[in-house]
Amino acid sequence: MAQAQVPYARILRAESEPGSWLTYSGTYAGHRFSALDQITPGNVAKLKPVWIYQTNDLNKFETSPIVVDGIVYISEPRSGAAALDIRTGRPLWFYRRELPQDIRPCCGEVNRGLAILDDSLFLGTLDAHLIALDMRTGKLRWDVAVADYKTGYSITVAPLAVKDNVIIGVSGGELGVRGLIDAYDAKTGKRVWRFWTVPGPGEPGHETWSGQSWKTGSATTWVTGVYDADANLIYWGTGNPGPDYNGEVRGGDNLYAASIVAVDADTGKLKWHFQFTPHDVHDWDSTHVPVLVNATVRGAARKLAMVANRNGFYYVLDRLSGEYLTSAQFARQTWAKGIDDRGRPVLLAGKDPTKEGNVVYPGMHGGTNWFSPSYSPKTGLFYVATREEGTRFYIDHSKYSVGDWFPGGGIAGIPGVEPGGSIQALQSGTGRAAWEFKLHSPPWSGLLSTAGGLVFGGSSEGYFFALDASSGKPLWKFPTGGAIFANPIGFLSDGRQHVAIAAGHALFVFALE
Amino acid sequence: MPDAATGRKLFAAHCAACHGQQGQGGRGAKLITLTRSSDDDSLFNIIRKGIPGTEMPPAPLSDDEVRDVAAFVRSLGHGSTIPTPSNGARGAQIYLKAGCAGCHTIGSEGGVLGPDLSHIGTRRHPDYLRRALLDPEADIPESFGEYRWFTVIPNNFLQVRVTTLDGHAITGARVNEDAFSIQLRDVSGRLYSFWKDELKELHKDWGKSPMPSFRDRLTPAEIEDLVSYLASLQGGK
Repeated sequence: MAQAQVPYARILRAESEPGSWLTYSGTYAGHRFSALDQITPGNVAKLKPVWIYQTNDLNKFETSPIVVDGIVYISEPRSGAAALDIRTGRPLWFYRRELPQDIRPCCGEVNRGLAILDDSLFLGTLDAHLIALDMRTGKLRWDVAVADYKTGYSITVAPLAVKDNVIIGVSGGELGVRGLIDAYDAKTGKRVWRFWTVPGPGEPGHETWSGQSWKTGSATTWVTGVYDADANLIYWGTGNPGPDYNGEVRGGDNLYAASIVAVDADTGKLKWHFQFTPHDVHDWDSTHVPVLVNATVRGAARKLAMVANRNGFYYVLDRLSGEYLTSAQFARQTWAKGIDDRGRPVLLAGKDPTKEGNVVYPGMHGGTNWFSPSYSPKTGLFYVATREEGTRFYIDHSKYSVGDWFPGGGIAGIPGVEPGGSIQALQSGTGRAAWEFKLHSPPWSGLLSTAGGLVFGGSSEGYFFALDASSGKPLWKFPTGGAIFANPIGFLSDGRQHVAIAAGHALFVFALE
Repeated sequence: MPDAATGRKLFAAHCAACHGQQGQGGRGAKLITLTRSSDDDSLFNIIRKGIPGTEMPPAPLSDDEVRDVAAFVRSLGHGSTIPTPSNGARGAQIYLKAGCAGCHTIGSEGGVLGPDLSHIGTRRHPDYLRRALLDPEADIPESFGEYRWFTVIPNNFLQVRVTTLDGHAITGARVNEDAFSIQLRDVSGRLYSFWKDELKELHKDWGKSPMPSFRDRLTPAEIEDLVSYLASLQGGK
């Protein structure tokens, strides 16, 4: 039997082939760091578009491409996929899916990317299926229903391929679903394990939900997690508890919503959890890519997981035990006095949603959101696109009905207050700010740091830009003409370093002139 | 069944600040006649989702509550209409004399520094229009009350003052802005675009209006005539 093109061992060693981009965050550690160093602060001014690929779809284009062996593989909105020639952007194949009329995505008919393993690509779909495609042709290999979309589930997350399995999460946190993380055999599509992010009767954590509220507890899993092969643990963020704004009907901490969970990669068994926002009532999903770093903390070597959270705080955890080590505020917030020495927020009174509306920072979309942070081992800095935007939070007491919108309230902006944003560089060990680059409005783009000493990011006005990774000084920009809702990546083509970003409705690929 | 009595209470809490307790209008549209919603579904959608590109936000209410509010809004049409003074013809002359057309458009005529006034009579109560003439900064156009995923054009006529590196000072209304550049239009209607690194200073006059007060420029009678002219602007020819 011929050797598979992208076996697990190759993804595990992704660091050793920086010319490729083999998994959502570049490597299993979640750094979204390109080890390529041809593009530098000295020459980035000569960065030019090499090719542009247009999707012909007007939904937000959120893909993070996979790049391997001369081909760029992308997902496209409304649950499609395409293979593009790395040199020209010419399509090599398409996969298109007919979706039911009554799919229930909360926030756009989007998809954030593919996973690759052996000779297959994996795509989660808006009708809550996971499918495998032949990477040579785009032909369907298998198709399994992860959940019943009619009950409110959808899938927008890029899967994560680990060993023989494909790990997938779900969306639906505004529709009262019960969150889950699943693993499927990459060859057959057979389910290997399931971890419910809302514990059922008799399971630890179930007591953190009053009455029957666990059944609509949400805690969805719509941003790709990361993997530590030595610990054999998968780390995955979980979304808001449901209903979003009405906490009265779900007394308790609501585990494992607004948390990070560490589960065994082979069994899905929970190793530990850490809840950032107990009993969240502001829609502060903790669906972030955790950043895995090994570092010395207070004199001891530690394996760390770092998260810049939608609730406005940056956290450093021990990733073997889940122990809270430190935190720091990185975004404007008005809801907590601070974080106590066990990592639990100390709440300020009167910050819950009300019938009349209650203004809180961060707003519903948080101090940051699903778009990826970046960590550079060169600078030791954690880079995060930060939103400064409050919202007015309302509560309502609407009842649950299967498959319907179930937010328990609503939001509005703050009249006369123009929201803003920035790119923050944080000292990764402490969360202390190293520098800040101001954006005009709150961002929806993730970041890529590079060994050449740059941080690439995007703005909601459509600029793709490069900052000096050490100082934050802007060095280059390109107006793509459409708001950016995506994460950048880097790769090599013809021996030259490239960077790519989805913007507006097109994929832009850049290299030095 | 939608309940107009419940709707009245919800309207008082969520809608009346802009539309008036009886839907007589204010900052928000008069609701006595509904120009944008010919049927119950369209009225429901406007209340539930707001009107993109305007100051009308989506209501943070459940579907049932929205239906209650809609029932109340429908009932407003049976009440008395708001009388407006009828010196519109003189007001039209004053509009020209006072130079309003330098910054405002009616139909296809006029300047574009300030808001288009073609439909202003359907959108603002006469009391609001009077205050806008006497004290323009009492209620400058607001933005951001409606939650947005992103803003393509801010459209809030923010007054900005910039000084270029070579010392030119320009004041105008912001047309658009991003992290790296800003576009503005001065009172003569000239459009400028600057990279921010070409500017020595960039100052945003939050709370200021480029429009002067007409308290000392027009007589009280002229103000009333102008108000009645503006109130008559319903988007027709």
